[in-house]
Amino acid sequence: MKLEVQELRAGYGAKLVLDGVGLTVPEGSIVTLLGPNGCGKSTLLKVIGRLLKPKSGNVLLDGKAVHACDTAALARRMAILPQLHHASGEITVNELVGFGRFPHRTGLGVMNAHDREVVAEVLRMTRLTELRNRRIATLSGGERQRAWIAMTLAQQPQLLLLDEPTTFLDIRCQFEIIELVRDLNRRLGLTVLMVLHDLNLAARCSDRLVTLKDRKVRHAGTPQEILRPEILREIFEIEAEITTGKDGVPYFIPTGTARNPQEDRQ
Amino acid sequence: MSFKTFSRSHAGRISINFALLALLCLAVLVSLRFGSLRLGFGQILETLWCRSGDIPYQIIFNIRLPRILLGALVGGSLAVSGAILQGVMRNPLAAPGIIGVSAGGGLAGILVMLALPQFGHLLVPAAFAGALATAVLVYLLAWKRGVNPVRLILSGVAVAGMLGAFSSTILLLNADKAGGVLDFSIGTLSARSWPQIEQVWLYMAAGFAAAMLMSNKLNILALGDEVATGLGMRVERIRLLLLATAALLAAASVSVAGLLGFVGLIAPHIVRILIGSDNRYLLPGAALFGALMVVACDTVGRMAMDPSELPVGVIMSLLGPPFFLWLLRRHNYEA
Repeated sequence: MKLEVQELRAGYGAKLVLDGVGLTVPEGSIVTLLGPNGCGKSTLLKVIGRLLKPKSGNVLLDGKAVHACDTAALARRMAILPQLHHASGEITVNELVGFGRFPHRTGLGVMNAHDREVVAEVLRMTRLTELRNRRIATLSGGERQRAWIAMTLAQQPQLLLLDEPTTFLDIRCQFEIIELVRDLNRRLGLTVLMVLHDLNLAARCSDRLVTLKDRKVRHAGTPQEILRPEILREIFEIEAEITTGKDGVPYFIPTGTARNPQEDRQ
Repeated sequence: MSFKTFSRSHAGRISINFALLALLCLAVLVSLRFGSLRLGFGQILETLWCRSGDIPYQIIFNIRLPRILLGALVGGSLAVSGAILQGVMRNPLAAPGIIGVSAGGGLAGILVMLALPQFGHLLVPAAFAGALATAVLVYLLAWKRGVNPVRLILSGVAVAGMLGAFSSTILLLNADKAGGVLDFSIGTLSARSWPQIEQVWLYMAAGFAAAMLMSNKLNILALGDEVATGLGMRVERIRLLLLATAALLAAASVSVAGLLGFVGLIAPHIVRILIGSDNRYLLPGAALFGALMVVACDTVGRMAMDPSELPVGVIMSLLGPPFFLWLLRRHNYEA
């Protein structure tokens, strides 16, 4: 599913967080948003996921405006996992994943054989089958995050939006999450737009990277095109050495903060 | 299979609901038996069956049975109201008696009772308007980029206190026309009969039906506004409908039994400990358990100081907390 964002302006109250943002996510690709804290990455994801109304501009899914769509119909094509999510620790993995069938059901949400099949398949894909009767409260951070992603997958979306899915996880769990995302992308053709803080992780799993700063999109391109010292200096104000690994993936080693040119002038 | 696994399966949760129903029936029978005139179970069943017009019949049909039924209706309504509020507000402390929903309904009801005594049928609608207005007010007071749970409870308690003071003042000033202040603020079923049931049963049935129809949406809402929106739910609309349902149930209860506290807070928690937090099973379970609590406590209240009686609210506050605390300590429970 192709996603296009045009001339988007959005914010909270009078405060403008995004000003004239444009973005294209090609069908079947993984695109990651990068930028310093407060640059509007999460806001952009929320506007695309219709959690926040834009002040102006368009979000188009296969050419159709998201904010004019029926919200349940939208939930069958697009799933979003916000950064902060909470569930009663009393519910089980199975129940949480089952909630992903909500947009496919009506009334009391009683699941039919097909729904149960989808849930079972999603549990297999996310390697949660063994844990399906465990309460959320008893899971580790990585397992819990996989359970939430499983819930969004049970919606059977074509486009998945993830806001910092690896935050607070240890390094192995972070890799588990991005490998899962990559796997879903390859096997199901799922289009993914996500926010990540770890540049090396982002370069490893994304087809394209997009940088944001000061309410605008600054750069968009392949990891090789984006992971460059001058771009990192501009966006994150850091000095970095860029190397390419044996598998051709670029990675960066930060060496210090960059002097802000505006401070120099003062 | 362990009890924990069983009690989370479909069959397990249905069985526990039926077990609660059986307990409620038993409590009703026991409650029918006790009072100033002691009746044997055989006598009760015979009277219920034959409907002869003698004294036991009069006592059972015109005094005990309606009072017990009303107690069950009130307890069930308050418990469902509490379960809904706990879900909508994502707060284990939310209950109609705590966050002012009952107090708002009570105040509006008292005003109608005193100002327009000839319009008895307006009592519940007025109480409903008061309860809903209070629920929305408390929710808005606690709103600041999302609802902060602590601010919600604090504003609720503050609003409840203020509205309760208004009610008490009005009742004290009109002691000759209105029922006692104490009865209203503690909650009682004393001298209630068929007219009160007629007054509220339809509202309660409608409220319960609405709650059941939205039970799955309440599950989704508990995941947070953003996740619920992402799943395709119209969050604001559903939240308002659920608040209205909770307000209706609490308002109907307060109209006939006063500010009966506690049952709305703890009945949902106790049932959640037993069968988990899926509202499709929890709401009927809470209704049955709430009904059981009120019927049992009212029976104890009638027997404890025979021939005089203690209001059900007093017994509830005496017996409820220890039982609740015991359950809370015993289970590894996270609301």
